[in-house]
Amino acid sequence: MARKMLTLGEVRDGALRNVSFEAIGAAKIASDGGEVVCVLIGNNVKEFGQELIQYGADRVVVVEDEKLEQYTPDGFSQALLAVIETEQPEGLIFGHTALGKDLSPKIAGKLGSGLISDATNLEAAGGNLVFTRPIYSGKAFEKKIITDGLVFATIRPNNIAPLQKDDSRTGEVSSVSVEIKDLRTIIQDVVRKASEGVDLSEAKVVIAGGRGVKSEEGFEPLKKLADILGGAVGASRGACDAEYCDYSLQIGQTGKVVTPDLYIACGISGAIQHLAGMSNSKVIVAINKDPEANIFKVADYGIVGDLFEVVPMLTEEFKKLKIHS
Amino acid sequence: MNIYVLLKRTFDTEEKITISGGRINEDEAEFIINPYDEYAVEEAIQVRDTHGGEVTVVSVGTEEAEKQLRTALAMGADKAVLINVEDDVEDGDQFSTSKILAEFLKDKEADLIIGGNVAIDGGSGQVGPRVADQLDIPYVTTITKLEINEGAVTVTRDVEGDSEVIKTSLPVLVTAQQGLNEPRYPSLPGIMKAKKKPLEELELDDLDLEEEDVEAKTKTIEVYLPPQKEAGKVLSGDLSDQVKELVNLLHTEAKVI
Ligand SMILES: Cc1cc2nc3c(=O)[nH]c(=O)nc-3n(C[C@H](O)[C@H](O)[C@H](O)COP(=O)(O)OP(=O)(O)OC[C@H]3O[C@@H](n4cnc5c(N)ncnc54)[C@H](O)[C@@H]3O)c2cc1C
Ligand SMILES: Cc1cc2nc3c(=O)[nH]c(=O)nc-3n(C[C@H](O)[C@H](O)[C@H](O)COP(=O)(O)OP(=O)(O)OC[C@H]3O[C@@H](n4cnc5c(N)ncnc54)[C@H](O)[C@@H]3O)c2cc1C
Repeated sequence: MARKMLTLGEVRDGALRNVSFEAIGAAKIASDGGEVVCVLIGNNVKEFGQELIQYGADRVVVVEDEKLEQYTPDGFSQALLAVIETEQPEGLIFGHTALGKDLSPKIAGKLGSGLISDATNLEAAGGNLVFTRPIYSGKAFEKKIITDGLVFATIRPNNIAPLQKDDSRTGEVSSVSVEIKDLRTIIQDVVRKASEGVDLSEAKVVIAGGRGVKSEEGFEPLKKLADILGGAVGASRGACDAEYCDYSLQIGQTGKVVTPDLYIACGISGAIQHLAGMSNSKVIVAINKDPEANIFKVADYGIVGDLFEVVPMLTEEFKKLKIHS
Repeated sequence: MNIYVLLKRTFDTEEKITISGGRINEDEAEFIINPYDEYAVEEAIQVRDTHGGEVTVVSVGTEEAEKQLRTALAMGADKAVLINVEDDVEDGDQFSTSKILAEFLKDKEADLIIGGNVAIDGGSGQVGPRVADQLDIPYVTTITKLEINEGAVTVTRDVEGDSEVIKTSLPVLVTAQQGLNEPRYPSLPGIMKAKKKPLEELELDDLDLEEEDVEAKTKTIEVYLPPQKEAGKVLSGDLSDQVKELVNLLHTEAKVI
């Protein structure tokens, strides 16, 4: 059954987030041949419309307003609900990002619909759309369907493949104006700590350090390894609490959830709250001097040893590999 | 200040998880207050101690949630309400839970409602914003700081590691992120006092809700454990050989580099 699907495009630091393309990929599966419309909300965001088309959106609808410069639940829901009202989609897909997590329940509430949060997969099976999502801090999974109303889900970044970008694809990018008013929460200040370089939640390689890294300087070898592999540096709560690094690097239940191709945990014990943020990674490497550390239980490969010896050696080996290939 | 805390009894996910009969096996499991709701209880107590008023903890669940509600009372909450859904609804989802909570809260004139940002078992993070939306009050999720000054509210919100300082006003619903505070342990006198504090039990009937009003919009069709990972390869031998082997494995076996 063809379904008209709406997705939300999310712009951060002057670029579309990858998960916006993945949402289009997910919407394509859900649409079963129906139209996929992407909504862009913000101030001066229309320029990103074309890229969404290239990633598979059939049409893009843009809502721009000064009051939408920053995300607020009231502002963005007014914009989105106006578009939903005219477009009448049969399904919605957002990224499970800070914004998507905050906004989606409100939209679901307004539409009186169900919502499947943090999906890592979806497939059409026997007339149903079946979503998979991790539960119990990632220790189990559930398959869920929507039984009433709109098909509505948020998807975990880095899990559902985007469509191949097609530079020759064209489609309409139209603007609608919506009156944005009565914002009940006002953002007074934003303290940006997010690190330079690769966005942690979208990185293909993550080198993470824990309390075992022992100091701020201790992160240097990890940064070098990340550089060689084009990856991002992350951390455990332990390392953040000890002030070896900023909280913006934290991975886990309270931090970022990452699903890279390669996750290298250095001096991290592997507490459940940390695993909740990374156990879905495709390949996990653990470097820890304690052979009993819990992290080895989820690791594909492990080296028992001192990270300050192992990490620089790894960097050298990868350098050699790069030169040879 | 009239303060409500949304509290979920959850499975302690530090425990081993098994499945029987297509469901997570709860027989020998440990149950706890959802850790993020502990921050909520603590914050509510601190706000009350500064501004006066009363803290009511409310949970939708079964009789078993009484234990977690008593713990919250022992921490210092004043009253507890258990909305017992055991006999009414077979399977609820976030729509059901938030509808029940909103129906209960709609005539309570709450100034401040605090929940957790996410439940460690269900993990959707939907309930807080859904409740706020139904009550038509503003919400701020994943907060790490809360200041209230005569109805004006300033909160700091964690946004993927950045922080936003947000101005809003009462009534408001906020959800707690780690870092908001350090939850206290119940003291012995607290535990004794908690036994005498009011714990009211309600059912859907008492909220004028029918079963079909809260019928789930989603359905779980399967619960499973991730495929048992083969035991990882812990390398051995000379450290420099291990490193070479690891790079080789990542390149040729795992093919991620
Ligand atoms: C509600 C709640 C939410 C939480 N959320 C998160 C979260 O989102 N993310 C998170 O990470 N944690 C979270 N935690 C904290 C979590 O429980 C752990 O305390 C934390 O993950 C521990 O960090 P760690 O592994 O770095 O430190 P530790 O547990 O202290 O482990 C350090 C490890 O380093 C090893 N080591 C030491 N020196 C070396 C060396 N030279 N070479 C190699 N190995 C070495 C040690 O053997 C040890 O295994 C949360 C906790 C709670 C209660
Ligand atoms: C009648 C009924 C039957 C149910 N049957 C099942 C079942 O068989 N299996 C199953 O797994 N789940 C069942 N549930 C629970 C439901 O599926 C969700 O777990 C629940 O709606 C919370 O969603 P979540 O875990 O994603 O919480 P989140 O949305 O992640 O929770 C965020 C915050 O919302 C608040 N909150 C969440 N749940 C409650 C609550 N119950 N009471 C008070 N505050 C809360 C807390 O502050 C929490 O920190 C049932 C619920 C109802 C109402």
